[in-house]
Parts: sequence; structure tokens; C-alpha cells
Amino acid sequence: MSEVLRTPAGLAGAALTVALGLLAALAPVLAPADPFASVGAPLTPPSRSHALGTDDLGRDVYSGILHGTRTSLVVALGVVAIAATLGVFVGAVAGFRGGSVDEVLMRGTEAVQIMPRFFLAVIVVALFGPGLDRVVLVLGFTTWPAIARVVRAETLSLARREFVDAAHALGATTGRVVVRHVLPNALPTALVVISLNAASVILLEAGLGFIGLGDPRAMSLGYLASNAQRFLRVAWWMAVFPGAAIALAVLALNLLGDALGDLANPRRPSRGRPA
Amino acid sequence: MSPRYLLRRLAHVVPAVAGILVVAFVVIQAAPGDPVLALAGQHGDAAYHAFIRQKFGLDRPVFEQLFVYAGNVIRGDLGHSWVHGRPVASLVAERLPATLLLMTSALVLSSLAGVLLGVAAARRADRPTDLGVRLAALLGYATPSFWLAQLAALTLALGTGLFPVQGISDARGAWTGWRHALDVLHHLALPALVLAANELALTARLVRAGVVDALGAEYIRTARAKGLPERAVVRHALRNALLPVVTVIGGRVGMLFTGAVLVETVFAWPGLGQLLLSSVQTRDTPVLLGLFLLVSGAVVVTNLLTDMAYAWLDPRIRYE
Repeated sequence: MSEVLRTPAGLAGAALTVALGLLAALAPVLAPADPFASVGAPLTPPSRSHALGTDDLGRDVYSGILHGTRTSLVVALGVVAIAATLGVFVGAVAGFRGGSVDEVLMRGTEAVQIMPRFFLAVIVVALFGPGLDRVVLVLGFTTWPAIARVVRAETLSLARREFVDAAHALGATTGRVVVRHVLPNALPTALVVISLNAASVILLEAGLGFIGLGDPRAMSLGYLASNAQRFLRVAWWMAVFPGAAIALAVLALNLLGDALGDLANPRRPSRGRPA
Repeated sequence: MSPRYLLRRLAHVVPAVAGILVVAFVVIQAAPGDPVLALAGQHGDAAYHAFIRQKFGLDRPVFEQLFVYAGNVIRGDLGHSWVHGRPVASLVAERLPATLLLMTSALVLSSLAGVLLGVAAARRADRPTDLGVRLAALLGYATPSFWLAQLAALTLALGTGLFPVQGISDARGAWTGWRHALDVLHHLALPALVLAANELALTARLVRAGVVDALGAEYIRTARAKGLPERAVVRHALRNALLPVVTVIGGRVGMLFTGAVLVETVFAWPGLGQLLLSSVQTRDTPVLLGLFLLVSGAVVVTNLLTDMAYAWLDPRIRYE
């Protein structure tokens, strides 16, 4: 894993991810104000008292961004936890059992992969009312297919290796072989997809907030950006900073994913021209 | 493309469509309150609810309801919007052309520019051009479409005044013919460029990776050894590198719709995005369900078409 930190992209991605994680975790301590409280004159440009300005209700934009980043990352973590569990399970079973089990599981995976996640999430929030829990659930249950596919592909190729035969010959049960020998080797490739998925979830959550389907009890970057829409002419800072925070979080996870990918597959072309 | 491949690929459409219908149905059933409220969109009077109840067979067993619902959707009946007093299908059909115009413009722009940039980067791998393209692609991919739209509106529209901020045509103009087409093009420029940026990043990355890969292959060494000019060599490599770009378009249609809807919101482009936004505000769930089904259907169809195009372009693709 420490290899990731040796490439500039990996180092930047990891550093940014850790920094954003810390900012999100410490948001309640670091934020100068309650993100929902009116603490200054409305529509003040960035100044010494409000580093990133205030919005139309006099709320501190910087505090909003800290709490919004926290919401984004909480949602991304929740979704990735569900998606990784489902994806690894489905992928390992499909790859190891093969045959008709594989066929059925892969058709199911394709069917889920086709679902437009954003539009499904819109319906769920519109019908069930706003809330982070349902957003996490609906995105979690639709984000696993890409993970399942790479885990299946890795499992397929690993299941025929000699060390797996050796483990079987030593009397290991199938479950033990998969969990102890196959999955650890499939993990690096799965991590690439998982970090790229986390990035896409952050974009989706922001999109939901932007069309007004965020949780009104939790500050969100998408909500901040949509609120800025009506004041584009008078308050550029309301639009520029929340969007930049989203882009930074997505960039961090993409950089991390790319670096992990280069590591998992050193022959990958982004390493430059092969000899 | 063998008939056998075609049949097997067509058969894959069945579980995909079934999955979409079941998911929509389960969401309607699981929603808090009576499913009639989900299907009517929390609007309407007792008589209308009775009509919906009867139309969707809501007094019959759940399993039967699923088939009634699926039958309605497959016949093209996406339900009725009480808010607009019209069938959802006609509401969607009215807004679809503007969104399709935006999406196809973005797709064409991003494909052309993506191939050019990807090839330029691959020919100078690991040199400044390449690093620049890769950095731009990473940034373009990470940028939320609505933010890029807001930045473009702030700088290029409000800042320079070169582009209109909102809408699809100038309401004061009321031009016809050529003048009108130019006016629409002028309004289309910013939203299409913004939407193209995300796609462009992905296409450029894929083309670059594919060309770099191909340039290292044996047949390229042969082409070089024969003394072919570099342009012809790159053309050889590009032919193979373009294959994955075709498939990825199929997989990206859902995201392209999502991006279009968000960009439309910023530029008040009169497409599906505005319909989505107003339906979210009025909790007009039949319209939202209709949009989900439409986009799902579009994804299924484009996936099928791109898979076929892929099999046709690459004779190595077979189902064993």
C-alpha cells in the first residue's frame, strides 16, 4: 500500500483524501459558525470575518462547506460500505461457483448496472421524503455491480492458480479458500473501483442536493450550489466555493483510484509508452 | 456479427427490462402510505384516486398488480400527471427534443475533441502535451457539471456578455428560419460545451490509453518497419483504440442524461431538466417515475446498439 504514496498522483490523492476526511470529521470544531445560523450581513463578499463570504440569509459559507463536505463523505462512506459488501460477495460467488450460478448472478448484475442511479434516487427521495439514510440505501444497492464485476474477473483467474489447488489439497474448505486466499489477491483491483465509485457517489449526492432533494437537517454542498443559482449576478462566492469543494473531493478519490490502478496492474498504459 | 450472438444479446434485454419494472414497482409499493398516492402524485380527488385504483388493479393481489403495472408501461402508458392534467408520456415527449439536441451536441463535440486530444497525448506520451491533457482530463472528470455550468455562466455569459445566460432562444427576437437556427445555436453553445467537458475527459483518457497500448503492438512495429509514414501508423493504432470508446458511450447514457438535467437547470434550457425540477417541487411522482423509466429504457437500447456496433466492428467478439 505504501507504494501508492511513491507516485506524485497517488501521494496527492492520498493527502487530499486524508485532509478532506479530517476536515469533515472535525467540521463541528473547525467551523466558525453554525452552518444554518445567520451570523453576518447577507451577501457579504469574502472578508476577514467571513473567509468565503455569507449567503442571502447571512450564513457563513465556509462553515456550510465544512459541514457539507462532512455530509458528502458520510454518504460516500455509507454507500461504499454497502456496495463493497454486496459487490465482493456477488463477485466472489459468481467467479468461484461458475456455471449457471455465475450466469444468473451476472444477468442480475447487468440489470442493476443499467439502472440510472440519479433518477432512481430522485423517485425514492420524492416518495419517501428527504433523508440521508434512504439516499445511502438506494445508492448502495445500485452501486455494487462494477465492484462485483472486477471481483468476479479476479476470482475467475485466481481460482485456477496453483496456490488455490494447493490450499484445496491441504483440506481447506471452499469458504476458507475464497476468504483467505482469493479475496486478498482480488482486493487491489477492487479498491480501484471502490474509490472511483466513492467519487461518483459524491457527484450524485451533490446533484440531488442541487435539485432540492437533500436532507434539510444536514448541510450539503449541492444545496449550497443550488442556493447560489439565484444570486449568480451578485454573489459569485456562493457559487464558486461549494462547487470547488465537490470537485476537490472527487479529484482526490480519482487520483487515489488511478494510483491504485497503476499499482494493481503495472502494465497499464497510463504508465507511458511500453518498450 | 453472427445471428447466434445477436439472439443471445437480445435475450439479455429481458432481465434488464424486468429488473427496471420490478424496481419501479417495488419503490411504489414500499413508499409510505397508499400506493395510489405514489401513482397519482399526492394530488387529485377521491374520484381520481378510485380511477387510479381501478386502472392499476390496486384492490387485487400484489403479484397481479405488478403485471398490470408492467403491462401499462410496456404499452407506453407512463401514467398521468394531475398537476399538468396530461399524460406523462406526452409531457416527456414535448421536452425530449431540447434535451436530445443538447446531449447529441455534447456527444459529438466531446467525441471529436476527445479523439484529437487523446491521440495528441499518446503520440507524446509522458511529455508536456501528454501531462497537460491528462491533468485536464482528471479535472474535467472531477468537476460537477452544474458547477462548471455556473462558472461558465458567471464568466462567459455574465462576465463577457458574449453568450446568453438562459433559455433556448431570444424571446424578443421571434425570428424564423436561418436567423432562428443561429439564435438557438448561440444559446446552445455554453450548455453543450459544459456538458461535453465531462464526456471529453473520459473519451480523451480512453483514446490515449488505447493508442499508447496499440503503438506498442507487433503490427505497429511491422508498419513502422515497412517504412509507413507516422500519420499512417497512428491511423492504424487509432482504429483499434476507438473500439472501447464506442462501448463506453452505451454505458454513459445514464450519466449523460443526469449531466444534461443538471446543466439544463442552470441555463434554464427547456428540456427534461426543467420538467424534473418542477415535478420535484410539486412532488409530481408520476412524472418522476416516467423520467426514470424513459432514461432506463434509453440505457437498455443504447447498450444493445453499442454492443452490436462493437461486434460488427470487431469480428473477434463472439459468444462461445
